[in-house]
Amino acid sequence: MIRAFHRWPGLMALALLVILSLSGTALSVFPAAERLSAPQAAAGLNVGDLAMRISTVYPGVEQIKRSPSGKVTAFWFDGDTPGSAVIDPATGQGVGSADPNAALRWLTNLHRSLFLDDTGRIAMAVSAGAMLMLAISGCLLVTRRVGGWRRWFTRLRGPLAGRLHVEIARVAVMGLALSSVTALWMTASTFGFLPDAGATPDFPAQVSGQTGVPLNTIATLTQTPVTELRDLSFPYADDATDVFTLTTDQGTGYLDQGTGALLGWADLTGWARVSETIYMLHTGQGAAALGVVMGLMALGVPVMGVTGVLLWWAKRRSSPRLRHNHPASVADTIILVGSEGGSTWSFAATLHTALTQADQKVHTTDMASFDPGRYAKAHRIIVLAATYGDGDAPASAKGFLDTLSKTDLAIMPSMTVLGFGDRSFPAFCAFAAAVSEVSEAKGWKRLLHFDTIDRQSTHDFTRWGKALGEAIGIDLQLIHQPVLPETQALTLISRRDYGAKVQAPTAILRFALPHVSSWRRLTGRGLGLFQAGDLLGIVPAGASVPRFYSLASARTDGFIEIVVRKHAGGLCSGQLMALEAGDTMAGFVRRNVTFHAGRDASPLILIGAGTGIGPLAGFIRGNAGLRPMHLFFGMRHPDSDFLYGTDLDYWQSQGRLAALSTAVSRGVRQTYVQDTLRADGANVADLIREGARVMVCGGRDMAAGVSEALADILKPAGLTPKALKAEGRYVEDVY
Amino acid sequence: MKSLLVALSLTTALVMPAMAMARPVTLTTTLSNYGGDGAYLALYVTDAAGAYAGSLWMAGGKSKYYKHMTDWYRATNGDTAQIDGITGASVGAGRTLDISVDLSDALFDAGYVLHIDAAVENMRESPKEVSIPLTTDGAGTPVKGRRYIADFTYNM
Repeated sequence: MIRAFHRWPGLMALALLVILSLSGTALSVFPAAERLSAPQAAAGLNVGDLAMRISTVYPGVEQIKRSPSGKVTAFWFDGDTPGSAVIDPATGQGVGSADPNAALRWLTNLHRSLFLDDTGRIAMAVSAGAMLMLAISGCLLVTRRVGGWRRWFTRLRGPLAGRLHVEIARVAVMGLALSSVTALWMTASTFGFLPDAGATPDFPAQVSGQTGVPLNTIATLTQTPVTELRDLSFPYADDATDVFTLTTDQGTGYLDQGTGALLGWADLTGWARVSETIYMLHTGQGAAALGVVMGLMALGVPVMGVTGVLLWWAKRRSSPRLRHNHPASVADTIILVGSEGGSTWSFAATLHTALTQADQKVHTTDMASFDPGRYAKAHRIIVLAATYGDGDAPASAKGFLDTLSKTDLAIMPSMTVLGFGDRSFPAFCAFAAAVSEVSEAKGWKRLLHFDTIDRQSTHDFTRWGKALGEAIGIDLQLIHQPVLPETQALTLISRRDYGAKVQAPTAILRFALPHVSSWRRLTGRGLGLFQAGDLLGIVPAGASVPRFYSLASARTDGFIEIVVRKHAGGLCSGQLMALEAGDTMAGFVRRNVTFHAGRDASPLILIGAGTGIGPLAGFIRGNAGLRPMHLFFGMRHPDSDFLYGTDLDYWQSQGRLAALSTAVSRGVRQTYVQDTLRADGANVADLIREGARVMVCGGRDMAAGVSEALADILKPAGLTPKALKAEGRYVEDVY
Repeated sequence: MKSLLVALSLTTALVMPAMAMARPVTLTTTLSNYGGDGAYLALYVTDAAGAYAGSLWMAGGKSKYYKHMTDWYRATNGDTAQIDGITGASVGAGRTLDISVDLSDALFDAGYVLHIDAAVENMRESPKEVSIPLTTDGAGTPVKGRRYIADFTYNM
């Protein structure tokens, strides 16, 4: 629901918001420039002395104005010719032109009214309202995503567009909200909806009739510091009934031109003061630094606009169309989908299609639309649920748990829950697990135990589908085809083979960087600026689903490197292992930001076994800053599968690798990498206490063993792997 | 170019002296290219003693800015009833404002003076930008304003 309040104002007001923000940023520079360039009055200078100085230089002076930046401007008549200048308060002399700046005027009119006067003002005010709605709904969305206000600045994961959108928003939102609220206030003021008109004292009925009082003897003027002056208007030269009009930060008053007496005064009203403050906050006039900051924040709007449209479009494109979606009342299978970004929906569509082909009547809908009263003919309910943030319901599953816990049915269909998530998050599939628990507690039977799909694994999904088919009594083949990114042909330039003697043929494969035209690169169709730890997707011939390999090189290395082990019967690894220099494979890069080494200087504890060394070797190779990196590497036999053995020696001599501990699982003394970790436990615990980050890459069993070993090592220090994971200091890339 | 017809029924002071005898008068105000936004203009008349007699036209729609036409504002205390029905848009730099009004004969050659107060956003306020006695002989003779008005003429 909140998302709709974010999406539609954003899409509809996009063009106007971009104009508003860019012109606003440009305008924000002017007050700062004026503040820096305007000659400032010396501390303690009073209005009487200033006016005297100016009238000595310009006897025909009519008006002296001081802007919030401190710029003093004088207007005068020399005979019949009007003149004006920016004044140096120290001398009273003109030092620059006071003509209005044409660029400033053009930008101001564009910014507030698109040169369309009141119609444009209303359009821009509506845009400001949309901006405010975007700010509020955006705050709610970010809070929901990160799991609470207190975690506002927590680290983000996910695709670049989404992260960029939120990263900018959570910094800029305060400025944008302030800009839009003040804009709405100013519009209301311009259209006269606010009682903030400046009070003017009644014009004096009686004046002395004399003229010519010296300005520096008028008490009211000499008691007013120049810093409080806004405007001093002089009486008409030939009119003895006219008066001086003085406007200061406090109010407006009239002064007799013969005696200097104060003939009337009106204080600024409370409303007028509020409006002036709001004007200052919006324009930066009188608060130049704030203006520049707000101007910079406004620069985020075009970026958020573009990324927002990309997000919307990606979600729209990934929402599948369902064929043969039966009404809930006649369906025998109900599929409920809890999806945030749309990927779970695409899995649901695969399941829907496969079940329909197996002659099931399927009704697929959002979890939020859960309506058990209507499922009269249903035998089974299948829940496919992602998790949002820290275990929350995803967008399309709002209110599901409430409805479920209030539901009491006489005849209950079975309910099977499948969770979708990313194992590197602490709350992996937490929402789906909660759904499973509640349904079990309420007495719903199940066809299959609660299961999970890690990082959209199509293999996991196929395996689960097979089990589901067996439980229903049908042959169910779930072949999920995610929309693949465009691939590049990658040419092998070299290979280094290992492990033949230990029955684990493994190779380090190095591909040339494909040539990508700059236009394609610009439109995001090249491989991008990949880093070690990102994933290389390879689509083997004869398959449609890519397999992912951790990258052992960064773009800056000038080549693409992966470590592949041949699996018996493995389609992709078989094809890769058969490559000779000059052969090509189709591939693409997928970001894996959780498994980047990062740029900070904290020590890294790198733990890997077998092919898991790939990204870790990439981190070490790229460690030009000589950050302390400690590698724990498990192999079978040093004579056969010591991957990167000579490179590691070289990197250690260069200082890129601080320490290397190896474990050998075949031979006289069998050790695993978790054993070497325990042996070095005190050192590891010290490093982690000092802020080291742990990165683990390899098989699932190895990762489980490492996690156990770390739990024991860290126990005396009062730390747990779980707590480190929550801080992002313990990350795994596990397969 | 604007051409507006105004029946001055409201500004009683201007029609009172000789209710039956009135004639159409065209007021033409051309602004100079002063390099600013649209100007607010207040056209009004004072009597032989210099006292405010009535308003002829207000160019500019937002009453919150009327105080910047300082002399008009002092004379009327900002009373918008004075310009009810005789208000139009502000006039851009270099543009011409054309107004037709029915003015009482008694206003001419009797010491009445027509004034224009002008104000432009972020620029100098200009009360009595134009002050021109209403005389039968003076009709058709352009006068120059102090800052913003290139020339002003009234034609009978």
